Amino acid sequence: MNRVRLYQVGVIGGFVLLLEALCVGGVIDKITMPPPHRIAIDFVKLFLSARLWPEIAKSMGNVVLSFVLAYVAGIAIGTLLHAHRVARDTLDPLFATYYAIPVFAFYPLFIVMFGLGDGPQVLIGFLLAIVAVIVTTLNGLDRVPEVLRKTARIARLGPLQTAIKVTLPFCAPYLLTAAKLALAYAFIGVIGSEFIMARNGMGYEIGYAYTNFDNATMYPLILLILLLSILMNSGLSHWEKLLLARRGLR
Amino acid sequence: MRGARTPARNTLVLIAGIFVLWELAYLAVGDVALRSPLQTLRFTGGLLQSDYFWPHLANTMQAFGIALAIALTVGLAIGFALGLHRLSAEAMEPMLVALYSIPKITLYPILLLTFGLGMSAKVAFGAIHGIIPVALFTLSAVRGIRPILLKTGRVLKLSPSAMVRTILFPAAVPEIFTGIRVGFSLTLIGTVLGEMFAAQHGLGYLLMNAIGLYNIDVIMSVTFLLVVFASAVNGVLLAIDRRLHFRA
Amino acid sequence: MSSPHVTLRGVSKRFPASAGGNAVHALGPVDLEIRKGEFFAIVGPSGCGKSTLLELIAGLTSASEGSVDFEGKPIANEIPDGVGVVFQEDACFPWLSVRDNVAFGLRNIVADDAEKSHRVGAAIAMMGLTDFTTSYPSQLSGGMRQRVCIARTLVAQPRLILLDEPFGALDQQTRLLMGDEVLRLWRETGATVFLITHALDEAAMLADRIAVMSARPGKVIDLVETNWPRERDSRIVEHPNFGAVTSRLWKALRDESMKTMGRMSSSP
Repeated sequence: MNRVRLYQVGVIGGFVLLLEALCVGGVIDKITMPPPHRIAIDFVKLFLSARLWPEIAKSMGNVVLSFVLAYVAGIAIGTLLHAHRVARDTLDPLFATYYAIPVFAFYPLFIVMFGLGDGPQVLIGFLLAIVAVIVTTLNGLDRVPEVLRKTARIARLGPLQTAIKVTLPFCAPYLLTAAKLALAYAFIGVIGSEFIMARNGMGYEIGYAYTNFDNATMYPLILLILLLSILMNSGLSHWEKLLLARRGLR
Repeated sequence: MRGARTPARNTLVLIAGIFVLWELAYLAVGDVALRSPLQTLRFTGGLLQSDYFWPHLANTMQAFGIALAIALTVGLAIGFALGLHRLSAEAMEPMLVALYSIPKITLYPILLLTFGLGMSAKVAFGAIHGIIPVALFTLSAVRGIRPILLKTGRVLKLSPSAMVRTILFPAAVPEIFTGIRVGFSLTLIGTVLGEMFAAQHGLGYLLMNAIGLYNIDVIMSVTFLLVVFASAVNGVLLAIDRRLHFRA
Repeated sequence: MSSPHVTLRGVSKRFPASAGGNAVHALGPVDLEIRKGEFFAIVGPSGCGKSTLLELIAGLTSASEGSVDFEGKPIANEIPDGVGVVFQEDACFPWLSVRDNVAFGLRNIVADDAEKSHRVGAAIAMMGLTDFTTSYPSQLSGGMRQRVCIARTLVAQPRLILLDEPFGALDQQTRLLMGDEVLRLWRETGATVFLITHALDEAAMLADRIAVMSARPGKVIDLVETNWPRERDSRIVEHPNFGAVTSRLWKALRDESMKTMGRMSSSP
């Protein structure tokens, strides 16, 4: 294990041990948070019981739906905009400011418009994710060197062939970055919305457990969400790094 | 293609386009779920003159201000400390990035349990949203200072404090400022988000409360105000950001 | 003009093994004497330790063995007074104007504002940058940015000027013109100039004496005296002896360069 890994394990391990010590020692009382070992046990119990599997499945289903919609639409829009300078320049201020806007503030509006179902949550996830995909796609397409396009023309490749054999492979790392961002945002959008107001799903269950002082359910769920998002992010990040390293870009 | 598509003109065209789409959506959906741009502007005017709105606005701004101050000081401190030490930077950066991507709203119950309902929980929530981008950008800025600039400082025999003041800091400022800009926006989002769940005061509370009362005017007005405020400030910070980067 | 300004005796530099690789014997042993007021150049294959040699003289690093003296005093991991360095990479501070960049060279040296202003103006004029005094580096070309760095070095009136492949990033024609500039500065300031370059014609054109270094670990394998007149410029290429100097340099260097290339292509 190299030094960096050792350091990371040390920090995480140290943090968990500190929590354990503070909880067991009474500095953090039981109502606020159970000790880490207790959370771990509850975690296992919760998943063996299968009580919450439907909620987890529902949330993840919506996350995937949100993600797929945002990813496909984002790449399509990004590709179109790249070809139309005027439209792109007009939308540029929107993209630059987009992530400063509290998209969640639109959630109440969506509930009023679409009712309290899956719609508003998927829509929030979609809206959060799509602009990241558009911007990353534009970035990738911008970076295709002119010399590669010229090479394709000399080899007499038509537009579709150029896209498949040259542009797409070149942009692959950016498409991966876009997927990573879209997944993270879709996840935040859906779970966050469920949390604020929903009838089911993981986010809702956490809120419900909180109001019922059910730490035995709440903390394992929070832990699950942390683990899921870290795993998804690290997995895609790792893949992204490998792709970029092969290009000599990192 | 001449005709100077300046950023200002683009922004105006964009804003006009958004208002047009908004009006069209209203005409399609109707009063049951939306208000027209004109109605919203009028209502917002009324809201800003009413007595009951300002305390909520003040509450949000107060929480936001404190959260921002915390996010900036702690984020800058962490970013500098890690950035200056190579092993720490390399080890902690991926961990900070992982923290960045988790839905922080799921941590909110923990904050509520720790701080209780009220201002402190909101401030803590806003702060945790802002700390990470500030720290990450600062870390990257400090790490990314071109070694040739530091070498030049050594050759010119600068003392360590002069090195920090006259080379390290100015070289890192553009990227640190980007972190501050992102931190600003995210802290605002975090504060309002915190108010949308389990709060009794503030703009986020007004939003959620309005759902229960089916008060579409309030929903549209408060959303409108938040969007305008967030975009306007971000626009200004972005302009400063671009100037700093142009010089660098 | 004949007293020693810099003396290297039995100088070696070894880098210890690190996380990246094995221990490296980068340089030496090297014995060299640079005379006061002369224009001295060093050429050699990549990786032979030329830059390390310059850093030893600048005091940026210390020798593993042997001694380095400047003006009779040993240099011990500390930048000596009166030494100026120009690097290959762009060392302009992007957040400062040309004037402020140049004035930076006078930090800790001159406190009097009038004197500072006068010297900065003179250095900027010497490098032909007066029209760009208030511009920022991002608005200047690569060659001009290098001139700013040279002005920043000159403003401190160094007695020894070290140049580490300063024109490496520039195109050939700019390089030739910059070479003329450096010669002019050398004459006007009377400083000793120590130039590292991989361009043989540049060394042959500019220097009074040229040392040829071997492949790593670098040692001096030839020392060529050009005997050019002090008043010279790039047109020295027309001189009948110019070809002889460059061919002698290449003769000494060719084998060493091939050794280095072979090493590079067989390394993982």
